[in-house]
Amino acid sequence: MLAQPSVNPAPGIDARTINTPQGALQSMLKGATMRRGRVRLDLPSIGENGHSVPMTVRVDSPMSEADYVRRIDLVSEKNPVALMATFFLGPHMSRAEVESRVRLNGSQRVTALAQLSDGSFWFDAADIVVNESACLDGG
Amino acid sequence: MTARIEVQHEARRGDPIEVRIVIQHPMETGFRYDSLGRQTPRNVIHRFECRYGGVEVFRASMGAGIAANPYLKFFVRAERSGDIECLWVDQENASGYASARVTVNG
Repeated sequence: MLAQPSVNPAPGIDARTINTPQGALQSMLKGATMRRGRVRLDLPSIGENGHSVPMTVRVDSPMSEADYVRRIDLVSEKNPVALMATFFLGPHMSRAEVESRVRLNGSQRVTALAQLSDGSFWFDAADIVVNESACLDGG
Repeated sequence: MTARIEVQHEARRGDPIEVRIVIQHPMETGFRYDSLGRQTPRNVIHRFECRYGGVEVFRASMGAGIAANPYLKFFVRAERSGDIECLWVDQENASGYASARVTVNG
């Protein structure tokens, strides 16, 4: 029932570029500018354990057929794979809000980049101190 | 793969339906070594989707940056009575499914 799996966690994005935060953001923006605002990324300021950190991202949007959030990308500054997840939303969702739990390889800044249905990009960034890293790189 | 989905059974038309799901899965990063020094291959649930009344309403592409036993919470707009169905697949092609019925009033 599901499409064939691909190793690339972000379809449509060149896998070679997603391993740096700048590369991951640029692969979404494709030259467009992003503005701070409309997005709120909530992470605890201190994460005791980087293996599982609660994360909520919300975008100020009416989520109507005419004006909705198309996607939200979560980008890590220090994880070995910068692009942590991409959420694809649409007008059938009543709120532009997703909650999950993320892995973080050390203290860092996490960026949430949202693309709206008009094509504009908005972001928020949150800094978090991680006491026990998820050690994603085997260190 | 076992999963637990929690969705309210009834909703008024137009109201948000909260969908919460936890899937039991290690979300292997590919950066972990076993006691013999062998690298454990990466295996994450890389694709997740939610359908409501047969229509895709939410999808997620996930990587190793999502914690083990992935948890997702999101809100779908109540439109008509129907099933909320979640489907996912990992990199070893193992897939899973969980669904819940919602009755929409008004």
